[in-house]
Amino acid sequence: MATQLKDTRITQTLPQGSVSWPLPPRVRPEFANHDKATLESYLASAPLDEVDIADPLWWESDTNHVYFRRLREEAPIFFTHVNSNRHRGFWNVTRWNDVMAVDTNHQVFSSEAMLGGITLFDMDPDFIMPMFIAMDQPKHDVQRKAVNPIVSGQNLAGYEELIRSRTCEVLDSLPRGEAFDWVDKVSIELTSRMLATLFGWPQERRRMLTYWSDVSTSDPELPGSPGKEERQGILLGMLQEFTMLWNERVNAEPTGDLVSMLAHNPATRNMPPMEFMGNLVLLIVGGNDTTRNSITGGLYFLNKNPGEYAKLKANHGLVENMVSEIIRYQTPLAHMRRTALQDTVLGGQLIHKGDKVVMWYSSANRDDTVLDRPDEFIIDRARARQHMSFGFGIHRCVGNRLAELQLKILWEEILKRFDHIEVLDEPERVPSAFVRGYKSMMVRIPA
Amino acid sequence: MVKIIYVEHTGARHEVNVPDGENLMEGAVQNNVPGIDGDCGGNAACATCHCYIPSEWQALTGERSELEDSMIELADTAQPNSRLACQIKASAALDGLEVHMPATQH
Repeated sequence: MATQLKDTRITQTLPQGSVSWPLPPRVRPEFANHDKATLESYLASAPLDEVDIADPLWWESDTNHVYFRRLREEAPIFFTHVNSNRHRGFWNVTRWNDVMAVDTNHQVFSSEAMLGGITLFDMDPDFIMPMFIAMDQPKHDVQRKAVNPIVSGQNLAGYEELIRSRTCEVLDSLPRGEAFDWVDKVSIELTSRMLATLFGWPQERRRMLTYWSDVSTSDPELPGSPGKEERQGILLGMLQEFTMLWNERVNAEPTGDLVSMLAHNPATRNMPPMEFMGNLVLLIVGGNDTTRNSITGGLYFLNKNPGEYAKLKANHGLVENMVSEIIRYQTPLAHMRRTALQDTVLGGQLIHKGDKVVMWYSSANRDDTVLDRPDEFIIDRARARQHMSFGFGIHRCVGNRLAELQLKILWEEILKRFDHIEVLDEPERVPSAFVRGYKSMMVRIPA
Repeated sequence: MVKIIYVEHTGARHEVNVPDGENLMEGAVQNNVPGIDGDCGGNAACATCHCYIPSEWQALTGERSELEDSMIELADTAQPNSRLACQIKASAALDGLEVHMPATQH
């Protein structure tokens, strides 16, 4: 399948055999327990080169910030060798200005799927899914432009009423005076409904989209996750279902949904099946995980910062600014990865051709040389729109305006209805260095 | 100070004074002109300060850089006279420049 990709710029391939499945066991010190305090104190004092920050442990426990703070100060561009038989080793880029330099230099730092793609762990070489986020120019541009109109300002204006009425419906259905999972009942519910609309997918089967999103970003090694082959099978099943929709729409009048847009645009209508699948995965994950986790994160941060919650209740006009601050503070995708196409110098470090370069957006968003008090959640922060969460350069998030609109409407409607929503316990987090998110978060709305 | 007139899609005009050497995205943001966001802080990396330059001013406002060109070309609202305001610096020669804005920034 991979050979179907025709891109003359590809001059490198992954070093073969350097990582093979099953992956060798992960090196990690033994800890008496996985308490946040224990893990943070380790990260605060361990030799920098002893830590593999790609280890899901640091993300599930939400302790990674301790390590990134040290990297920003002591070694802002730092190569991780530990566990390189699992991930081939990678450069950590941790400061705002260095991340910006990589993100805006697409000539040197490639996103190409055949080189591994845009996440720290290379795309499965037996199951390469080309998608426009994991392409370089010129192919990236024409495919991105095929879907861009659906999330343009003019088109979003047409969605606003629908988003608001659904948001009201979901909020009005929430139980009062009893504990429930905010992730399931609100975050997933709202984002899956939106996704179904964008794809022209049947609403009654919207949770399938969430399922495929979760499967596509899952770690095949983790207990409870589908293994490598099972994952491939599930995604091929997704492809089959969407191919039926494609076939219905390709010869029909354009209907304005993503499947119809891809089927009618000259840049995408002849995509090979794996490329259709790749772009589906991109659009499903892009429209699902990110907004979902910002919906959860926002409520969590307000509970952790009662002063900010009070500020918001006193001034509903802060919602729009708060939305940007939530997206910064959450950083729902912790990183994007590139592959160096040539030797280059970055922040005084020599990056070799073929090296994996990980831009930690979650760290850049906490860079106190650029941002004022970045570790604090401040809903009326000046110039809150200047955050790294959407990325910069040609791969900048295409759906950013839709995400902002969904979050803005949600908070406007929450404030109209509920005096308070109480987070009852620490949320359960996703064990991933890529998707910075929540599996569940129990809350209660006072009766 | 350089007089710059920002014109919204609706036709609403905002006449502001921008310090010599300041870029026109900052000129708008610092003066609370709606319709220019400047999310990337002036790196030509987000296209949220997208604007149109009238033909008579184009020679004075210069050419797009490669990155600027890439970012503009991804916008649905791109036109031949599109620029990113953050890549144009105020100078005496631009006194009286009209900068037109698209309906929305993306």
